[in-house]
Amino acid sequence: MSTSANAVPNSSVGGGITPAAMSKMQLFYWSVRRELWEYRSIYIAPLAAAGVFLFGFLFSLIHLPSRVEGISLHDQQRIVLVGPYDMAAGLIMVTALIVAVFYCLDALYGERRDRSILFWKSLPVSDLTTVLAKAFIPIVFLQLLSWAITSATQLIMLLLSSAVLAASGQSVGILWSQVSFFQMSFMLLYHLLTVHALWYAPVYCWLLLVSAWARRAPFLWAILPPLAIGVVEKVAFNTLYFGNFIGYRLTGGMEVMGSSAPNRLPIDPGMEITPGHFLASPGLWLGLTVAAAFLYAAARIRRSRGPM
Amino acid sequence: MTVPATVIEARGLRKAFGATIALDGVNLHVEEGRILGLIGPNGAGKSTALNAILGLTQYEGELKVLGFNPWTERDQLLRDVCFISDVAVLPRWLRVSQAVDYVAGVHPRFDRAKAEALLAKTSIHRTSKVRELSKGMVTQLHLALVMAIDAKLLVLDEPTLGLDILYRKQFYDSLLNDYFDRRRTIVVTTHQVEEIQHVLTDLMFIDRGHVVLDCSMEEVEARYIEITVNPEQVAAARALKPMYERQGFGRSILLFDHADRNQLAALGEVRTPGIADLFVAVMGSRAGQAQGASL
Repeated sequence: MSTSANAVPNSSVGGGITPAAMSKMQLFYWSVRRELWEYRSIYIAPLAAAGVFLFGFLFSLIHLPSRVEGISLHDQQRIVLVGPYDMAAGLIMVTALIVAVFYCLDALYGERRDRSILFWKSLPVSDLTTVLAKAFIPIVFLQLLSWAITSATQLIMLLLSSAVLAASGQSVGILWSQVSFFQMSFMLLYHLLTVHALWYAPVYCWLLLVSAWARRAPFLWAILPPLAIGVVEKVAFNTLYFGNFIGYRLTGGMEVMGSSAPNRLPIDPGMEITPGHFLASPGLWLGLTVAAAFLYAAARIRRSRGPM
Repeated sequence: MTVPATVIEARGLRKAFGATIALDGVNLHVEEGRILGLIGPNGAGKSTALNAILGLTQYEGELKVLGFNPWTERDQLLRDVCFISDVAVLPRWLRVSQAVDYVAGVHPRFDRAKAEALLAKTSIHRTSKVRELSKGMVTQLHLALVMAIDAKLLVLDEPTLGLDILYRKQFYDSLLNDYFDRRRTIVVTTHQVEEIQHVLTDLMFIDRGHVVLDCSMEEVEARYIEITVNPEQVAAARALKPMYERQGFGRSILLFDHADRNQLAALGEVRTPGIADLFVAVMGSRAGQAQGASL
């Protein structure tokens, strides 16, 4: 009947003393880990993008010595040399953005669809902790991860290029002086944290809110109502305030974070960054306030929602 | 012996979904160390009652579970309450080892060694995902996780739905032998009533939002009597006003509430009715008579 293993709990019940709850940090940590178990695309997709890019880059290395030889100084040289590094960053960034959007739309919807919400709710983790852990993924985790993956990818590219140039007897110096790795990496981190994390926070939180609320088709609920508002406004008043408001949210972050030369990516090492301007921009703080409100609402909605 | 503590106390519990009233003034009193079976037809309000107890739904009326208000103090309540809602709720992508790690990470009363020991008795692999397990194994896993939590109240909502009879039997055996220790409290709803008859200490029937029977199993034995009578005794037995009558193998089986045991023994074989028959009788007499069988 009762083995020694089964006899353990009886001694600890007496007195009705409730052991202290797990610390908030620990609950948050395990909530984030569970997201990474469930949504493995969070790290697989950016890694795959990096892998695909590196695979293509390998072939481009064949032409590298002749390309370096063919161009003379000046600005063109920089673009030829730096172009692939910007492309790698852009590809991983876009992949991470797509992953973030689909993650957010499913994060609070999927657990209701597969009824597992009843299991999660049977454990002492509050709705707010769960929702915050889910918001942490696109706002913090995914940005740091895509920065780390991009930096590693760019470093591998730089080392491979150096090896190819050295093997063909060309100087490596010109490559390293033009592709300033650390500056590039820093600019990327700045761009990811300002635009993709802080400026886009209300977008992710809106998607999480729809994900908590929608009974079906969260994707459509996230996209169509804002679109409908814009259309109604245009037809009824012939104005575009709402459309511009949404447009500013999607592109405005890049305007306030700094200014880059025309036709250059906003992660260009040569751009002028304006963190003071960014932090002083009302759009940032308005966005963060709205994001917090969306998260609070998502937690409230999750509380009374059961499986579908 | 101290007075047993009250685990669940509900007064006038009400819940309506639009025009449908799921719970209509339910009173509930469950003491520590009891195993209460909540039995009712589909849509009777069982799950709504359990959801209110677990803080999963809002309600009207008074409700205290372990001294907490389940809706407003749910986070504290959940340290002492466990529940299995039905077999399908463990996420399919979860690995067995991850499930153990996660519960160990978030639950202050989880005993990892006990969960490991319980899992070792099954054929569940630590590296399997839930989707790879059979329905019975998923229940074993869920039960192992829940039994390793030193909770004061365990709520089971149709825990054995869709399982074959071996797993169902094992489920309740395991619960009684390895978990229940007379200080914990269990509330269970199920349609497989015969299987839990020997498990329960208390019985509650619920129908259309109302409690129609609420008594301990001892009271059931003292109060309800079933007799099987031959055709020649039927008229005499019917004169004693049975609450329900059915036919079986050419003889009549009559169920009595508050009847004289000796008087009945003279007419035929006397025994305590099964929960299923009692349920049918109580529901039947409720449908027939306006005032209900018992209050």
